Amino acid sequence: MTDVSNRNQLAYIAAQASDARVNVEFETEGMTLNLGPQHPATHGTLRVIVKLDGERVLRADPMMGYMHRGYEKLAEVRTYPQVTTLVNRIDWLGSFANEVPFILAAERLMEVEAPPRAQWIRTILFELSRIANVILFLGDMGVQLGAVTPVFFAFRDREFVLNQIEAVTGGRFHPNFDRIGGLKDDIPKGWTEETTGVLGRIRTFCDEMEDLVTGNEIFQARPRGIGVIPAEVGLAYGLSGANIRGSGVDWDLRRDGGVGLAHDQVDWKVWTHPDGDSFSRYWVRLQEVREACGIIEQLLGGIPSGPVMAKVPRIIKVPAGEAYVETENPLGVMGYYVVSKGDLVPFRVKIRSASFSNISITPWVLEGAYVPDVVSILASLYFILGDIDR
Amino acid sequence: MSSPDTNLDEVSEGHEPVADPARDAIVASLADQLGDGLVASEVLAGTDVWVRVTTDSWLATATVLRDTCGMAYFNFLSAIDWMPSPFGRDMDAQVDLVGADESQVDPEPMTWGVTGGATRFQMIARVHDPVCHIGVTVKADLDADDPRVDSWMPVYPGADWHEREAWEMFGITIVGHPNLVNLYLPSQFEGNPLRKDYPLLARRVKPWPGIVDVEAMPGDGDGDAADEGGEGS
Repeated sequence: MTDVSNRNQLAYIAAQASDARVNVEFETEGMTLNLGPQHPATHGTLRVIVKLDGERVLRADPMMGYMHRGYEKLAEVRTYPQVTTLVNRIDWLGSFANEVPFILAAERLMEVEAPPRAQWIRTILFELSRIANVILFLGDMGVQLGAVTPVFFAFRDREFVLNQIEAVTGGRFHPNFDRIGGLKDDIPKGWTEETTGVLGRIRTFCDEMEDLVTGNEIFQARPRGIGVIPAEVGLAYGLSGANIRGSGVDWDLRRDGGVGLAHDQVDWKVWTHPDGDSFSRYWVRLQEVREACGIIEQLLGGIPSGPVMAKVPRIIKVPAGEAYVETENPLGVMGYYVVSKGDLVPFRVKIRSASFSNISITPWVLEGAYVPDVVSILASLYFILGDIDR
Repeated sequence: MSSPDTNLDEVSEGHEPVADPARDAIVASLADQLGDGLVASEVLAGTDVWVRVTTDSWLATATVLRDTCGMAYFNFLSAIDWMPSPFGRDMDAQVDLVGADESQVDPEPMTWGVTGGATRFQMIARVHDPVCHIGVTVKADLDADDPRVDSWMPVYPGADWHEREAWEMFGITIVGHPNLVNLYLPSQFEGNPLRKDYPLLARRVKPWPGIVDVEAMPGDGDGDAADEGGEGS
């Protein structure tokens, strides 16, 4: 009996003590903060319901679905060439990169390979999409932390990249240019020289970002040590792209994937950062833009001659089978699991988009963070709503 | 088969006998640890590997893959409804609506893809080894009337949202999932949209405009919303 009462007494004291610890400064009470759906950090309409205790986040629940368009269902009633029009709109900042893994999956099932010239131009456009996508992040990261100028620089220089994409494909945002067996068209005359000039501008932009943002003391103080994701946690949650490389995992499908792109033909480096915090994710992306410039420059110098389209039937029927192809898209690993029954349309397309997995870690990573850091962590994870909701 | 380039066929045939020790080892260790739990497997040398396990060993498979095979990376999890669409060719293929009635009378038999299948619903998940760069696709057949399967969350916490998506889109009960609520759909939504017997309502309302290549006359159209060809479902 004495034992039990002692235990009760101890429990009571412990509860008092823990209460005292929490309320050592002033009384706090739980509060629910609704971040979004229209918050600028959400790149669309993501709503995060944040339960707070004072300034500290107890629990964060992202609510998606405001932009769910049901592409997996729609793909079941579209022919294979028509699906690229849909998937263009998944990650709308790097649209061309969305088409590539789907086309590669269809090509694997059809046992068709694009001619070398098509593969090289594909890779160039793929990397241009990466630049167009990621420089917006670099500018946006500044905005989320209170620096308004970088985003104007980003929008300014992104135009030059979009102009180059438009010059080839005819579309600024939704190129719909990739075809099973190659590309719709060849690059126009004089395009390689212009693109080399644009790469110079992008490099200047990266230098400006280094001067203006990266080296800025205030910017350094905000994201460093915030939102730390250990490598094994990131892997178990399916994080990819710069998010996982920012946690020190040396894994890049451009180097390790072995799919039909020309990345293995040129000399480049996979950047990683050991810290795993918000700053390291920003830093890795900045390096990747520079690296992408290098990749494009080398590819432009050696585009092989020849056709841009392999011989494929006019009406495309994909033989029965299943293929999963993933590539290292601007936002991370994007893959398509294509199930074909030998018909004109896919039987099932599972779209594995990068942002969906990247953002699924938010409840874990935001727990225990402070309110001002929520935005900076969300911004550093970098997601596009179309890529979450599909 | 349908490839017009005979050269490519020769090349791919030349690749097939090549052994793939790394992927074979994964299948071997799964067979070793799961025993009868492993139903079928297929290795496409140098490219991919698929395994099919029983529903009961679904969670055990994840544990073996993570702990023994080094598959630390969770890639995705979803499901496949293998039933042919009951809505005829107009839902499945871009051919004339005329054929729709015939195919409704004579439904296609159910066929399964790689590693086969036995029931209508199949769970599909993929994990990846970020060191050896090998991915494994895992499948499991689910009961057609009451599809239920263990949650992968104890092994891969990232399976959380993927399982919620599978639950709302296919109606698959995820046993042991702590928060099985709708992810994308409104909470009062009824039905499982990615099931094959769930109609694509936009297409029901207005047939695919590309089927008949005739432009509608002004005034014939159903309004602006229909011009997108059934985009907003």
